[in-house]
Amino acid sequence: MPPLTRWLVKAALLYLVTALVLGVAMQLPLAGRFPVLAVLWPTYLHILVVGWLTQLIFGVAYWLFPRYSAERPRGSDGLGWAAFVLLNAGLLLRIAGEPSRALGGDAHGVLLASAVSQLLAVWAFVLNTWPRVRER
Amino acid sequence: MPRLSIWLVRTALLALAAGAALGALILAAPGLLRWRPLHAELLTVGWTVQLAFGVAYWILPRFRSGRERGREELGWAAFVLVNLGVVLVGVGRSVPGADGWALAGRSAEGLAALAFAAQAWPRVKPFR
Repeated sequence: MPPLTRWLVKAALLYLVTALVLGVAMQLPLAGRFPVLAVLWPTYLHILVVGWLTQLIFGVAYWLFPRYSAERPRGSDGLGWAAFVLLNAGLLLRIAGEPSRALGGDAHGVLLASAVSQLLAVWAFVLNTWPRVRER
Repeated sequence: MPRLSIWLVRTALLALAAGAALGALILAAPGLLRWRPLHAELLTVGWTVQLAFGVAYWILPRFRSGRERGREELGWAAFVLVNLGVVLVGVGRSVPGADGWALAGRSAEGLAALAFAAQAWPRVKPFR
């Protein structure tokens, strides 16, 4: 398993645990005392779908999809690492910004940066993966 | 990777790129918030479900005789139906008064799931 895949899969596992702990916290009887827990539903969904599921797919696809070439079996390592860094930076910004906005704060800049970062991560992954989706 | 998997995985990558772009646009311009159902549909069914279809069709155990991946036409039916469903549900739930589209889309997605399950079921067996 290449180093980038190990980072992606381990980060994905951390987000899975985080999301499920958050899910428990949102259901606790005393959750009503903490306004932030009442507005975390979209954040919880993004942690699960982006942090866990999409990141796990990135890691496994980078590892197992057909090789790009003998010299560069996994395509561009730079694009792969860029996808990892940008996806997680974007998600962390979202985790900070989404509840803040829901509670009335001005988080437009943070959320915009989050969106751009995640979009660039996705496009980097798609660009690197596209030529590997082919017959062996 | 077989041709059907290439189509499924590449279409899933396009759905991922489009869904992420739409999500970014919605954050940048809150007036686009009504398109959130299309964003969600592209990233859940269009990306993750379709990618799973493509990878499963590729790597599930094959048959030693006859068609090695079974009934390919069911796989192609799943490909067409799931993408039709994503568009119909995404638009139907985003545009007021288009509930009929959403119902038709959910039906198409359900039929896609049935077709894919029927295709994959006999291939869920020990490797030989």
